[in-house]
Amino acid sequence: MSPGDNPFYTALTLILSMDQGLFAIVILSLKVSLFAVLIASILALPLGAALALWHFPGRNALIVLLNALMGLPPVVAGLCVYLLLSRAGPLGQFGLLFTPTAMVIAQVILVFPIIAALTRQQVEALHSEYAEQLRSLGLNQLRMMPTLLWDARFSLLTVILAGFGRASAEVGAVMIVGGNIDGVTRVMTTSIVLETSKGNLALALGLGIVLLTLVTLINALAHLVSETSKRRLG
Amino acid sequence: MSTPLGSPAMSPTSESPTSESPAAESPAVEPSSTMASPIMPIATSSVPTLCIDQVSFEHRGNRLLAPTTLSLSGCQRTLIMGPNGAGKSLLMRLAHGLLRPSSGQVVWEGQTPVQAMVFQRPVLLRRSALDNLTYALAVRQVPRHQRKALALQALEKFGLAALAKRPARVLSGGEQQRLTLARAWLLNPQVLFLDEPTSALDPAAIKAVEDAVLEFHRSGTRIVMTTHDLHQARRLADNVVFMHNGALLEHSPAEAFFSSPTSSEAAAFVRGELVW
Repeated sequence: MSPGDNPFYTALTLILSMDQGLFAIVILSLKVSLFAVLIASILALPLGAALALWHFPGRNALIVLLNALMGLPPVVAGLCVYLLLSRAGPLGQFGLLFTPTAMVIAQVILVFPIIAALTRQQVEALHSEYAEQLRSLGLNQLRMMPTLLWDARFSLLTVILAGFGRASAEVGAVMIVGGNIDGVTRVMTTSIVLETSKGNLALALGLGIVLLTLVTLINALAHLVSETSKRRLG
Repeated sequence: MSTPLGSPAMSPTSESPTSESPAAESPAVEPSSTMASPIMPIATSSVPTLCIDQVSFEHRGNRLLAPTTLSLSGCQRTLIMGPNGAGKSLLMRLAHGLLRPSSGQVVWEGQTPVQAMVFQRPVLLRRSALDNLTYALAVRQVPRHQRKALALQALEKFGLAALAKRPARVLSGGEQQRLTLARAWLLNPQVLFLDEPTSALDPAAIKAVEDAVLEFHRSGTRIVMTTHDLHQARRLADNVVFMHNGALLEHSPAEAFFSSPTSSEAAAFVRGELVW
């Protein structure tokens, strides 16, 4: 086995060579996934909290739907966004297909149900503990929302990380709506698919190791932040 | 007003925790101007009468509270007693408005008073002790620049000043319950509900809570409290509501209740027998 066939050696050379192409791919991967998680969080955290606090007809159906959508196959999400954004589609006029924006949209659709469904669970659990005290203080559901979201912040960080994991790992959606165009929409996962199909297995695996390292770093950072503030605030 | 209000009686360490008649019961009532909560003085006599009129409560077809009529007026300490499952907490939640009666109504004569409630298990937010208090002030729309000073005063009063920055949820059980009392104090309630506030505490912490209850009462707050501790009821009660099996059996002045209860269940309870 020559050094070039060893994925760990390849990964190390990739990182040490500071290859411009690789660098661009890594940055785009992070940008797309983090941006998707940010947008999904802004939408899904309040929705999840609202779903925990309000009881209305159809609530259970909505919860089941969100839980089911956690398992939405990325290719299906990609296909739907593709149809929406393609020239003939309803949003075709914006010319977003095969751009990073399209990739963000597709990943938001994948991440949103995860964050919303898990937030609903966390907030509902906290609400059952806080409800009487908060109502005794005179809060209605709307005013409880920010309190509960803030007090559940440590578990919600884990929820958001779960969403980030989904976004950074998926390949089906970004492949379809991004197209894996070199220098424009190529990200880590689509590169891995490409290199695998070309037979560059060591390079593909090397890219995989780089991706895994990055995701681990981000998770470690989040864990550190959460643990320190947890120790400080109980 | 800026001086710490914590009287020696507030300190849980000074006295034998089992003493039957705590010193706080006897001393001359201090001037109400220094005892009142700093937000605004309470007019002692104006606590609206609470009328619980034929109130019943059912849950999933089970009748948990038979139609109950009860009237509480003045600035009195009412102790609701009875064995577990008698409906004490239920009646209190209905009175406070946390639960809606299945039938009958809860009416305040005149304006609905400012109320606060202290629960059996302290419910504290995942923030510092100080932030728990400023949060309550924010909810009651006290201007932002006043909150911290008021909260610090309340912490001082309840002997928690040194713990201001500590996370509320790592405090001991007794400290947590004192913190919920400090929070209730800041709300300046005319009526304070307490649901077995001492059932999970050690004698020193129980003493601190009872002293705080008396302090609320001195400042003109009506006390409505549940307990199944006879000794505690004897120490605190002006009048006693006795409940059993989801029904109110008796409401009488404390002395009459303890010396000559009318129902056989209450008599057995006062004798310390097990009531079913």
